Amino acid sequence: MEFLVCISKAPDTTTRIAFAEGDTRFNEEGVQFIVNPYDEWYALVRALEIVEAQGGKVVIATVGGADCDPILRKALAIGAHEAVRIDAQPEDATQVAAELAAYAKGQSFDAILCGKETIDHNSSAVPAMLAEHLDVPCIALCTSLDYDGAKAIMMRETANGVEKIGVTGPFVLSAAKGMAEQRIPNMRGIMAARTKPLQVLPASGATAGTRIERFALPPEKAGVKLVDADNPSELVRLLREEAKVI
Amino acid sequence: MKCIAFIQTKGGQATKASLEAAGFASSMGETVAVVSGELNGDGGLGSAGVGRVLQGAPDLDDGQIARLVSAAVEQEGAQVVVCAQDHLGKAVAGRIAVRLNAGLIAGVTEPPSGDHHTRNVFSGKATAQLHGTTDRLVITTTPNAIGMPEGGGGTTSVEAFEADLGSRKVEVIEAAAPSTGGRAPLPEAELVVSAGRGLKGPENWGIIEDLADAVGATTACSRPVSDIGWRPHHEHVGQTGIAIRPNLYIAIGISGAIQHLAGVNGSKVIVVINKDPEAPFFKAADYGIVGDAFEVVPKLTAAFKAL
Repeated sequence: MEFLVCISKAPDTTTRIAFAEGDTRFNEEGVQFIVNPYDEWYALVRALEIVEAQGGKVVIATVGGADCDPILRKALAIGAHEAVRIDAQPEDATQVAAELAAYAKGQSFDAILCGKETIDHNSSAVPAMLAEHLDVPCIALCTSLDYDGAKAIMMRETANGVEKIGVTGPFVLSAAKGMAEQRIPNMRGIMAARTKPLQVLPASGATAGTRIERFALPPEKAGVKLVDADNPSELVRLLREEAKVI
Repeated sequence: MKCIAFIQTKGGQATKASLEAAGFASSMGETVAVVSGELNGDGGLGSAGVGRVLQGAPDLDDGQIARLVSAAVEQEGAQVVVCAQDHLGKAVAGRIAVRLNAGLIAGVTEPPSGDHHTRNVFSGKATAQLHGTTDRLVITTTPNAIGMPEGGGGTTSVEAFEADLGSRKVEVIEAAAPSTGGRAPLPEAELVVSAGRGLKGPENWGIIEDLADAVGATTACSRPVSDIGWRPHHEHVGQTGIAIRPNLYIAIGISGAIQHLAGVNGSKVIVVINKDPEAPFFKAADYGIVGDAFEVVPKLTAAFKAL
């Protein structure tokens, strides 16, 4: 099995979000970047598990500048075999998906795994876009991936519960919780990652379909209104008469 | 401006998330709805402001839905496609955008205002205002964010719609009903009762279930609780679990780590019950009770039942 796992550089969850240049850009100063957790914990680790059991390789790819190399090395340390960086500043999902597709079209991956969303832009858009570019199914919000011979068997979340899905031939999936467990890279992995191939490819010149005009921080909360522990019916009254949510 | 709204139905009715999307579309311009599957009458779409409904074949996979919707866009000469940012929307919206050479603004949280659209970024820690830079645009609406359409419109006409859909590539081997016990699924739930490690063990969840029943809420939990197996993974709300935006979120025995807040900060009203007055969650809460869950929750349940 040969898998492509698409990973994204994302600010660490505990990052204090701030903006620069008139609230038009995310202020990266002092920000710790990580591999987007859905890409790492669920998509990458499951691909590695399958390859460890059945043979094959896992290639990771991202769209970004040299500032993405540390997260590619991290994913290599976890166990990915090769890394590809498409050398373009990521602007939006349309551009990123087109760049990833331009690379993937020339390869012959059995499946492309993505996280269900990035924790910075939260669009959940790239997997379906990538699937359309490649004319393969997109299985969104998968919680498991196994193979029955050549057929991929997945569980996915739906509005009505869960579905067991079968796909023969290549596909794109977006990974949600349940698919695998986080792996911490060990020293051997970290050492090996230094010499694993990291290929930098020129971008195909894809353009974005949207532009961010302005970021804003949400208004501060007014502060908590405490209710006496012996008088929960006061809370019910407040929820009904003041907050009007019940 | 002409819009196409892609609508998901359940039991012949448009889902709530889809009605929100249809209402969003019709406030942008003349809207034609596209449905794959069964409809009772117009499925409630007329009252969401939809002008006409195009009914396509049932049981389509994501690739076929993208073809169906794109064909409708071409036929109608529409500039904008709107659908809900729900499970299906996440599988099809990006496909439609690629087919149409359109930009995608995913998960808007406010009604349309001119060319600008507002959505959450950084897991709810900020918002961004965007606009499309392409001739056509695909927009998805975050469920339970923009409100339901006013209603009042009459019923609308339904026409059969055929397009070249290609063949189905995704086989559904088995579909299982949700294990939420008949309650609304978490991403769409308006009322959520959630608990964490403060409950001390899975055997103590009875008081949480009782409260959820009394409120009519869906149950949820924090990450540690699902990781140690006290509760199923599908109940985990937070950064790496499910993001929710109910009208009311009651968090019991959850300290409120930043990863948890990232999944629940879209809630309109947050109630925190925790015996530790220093729990960080109180800073993000609208209402709070400092007290022992095992004493407070049964009393709160009784108070809800007394309504």
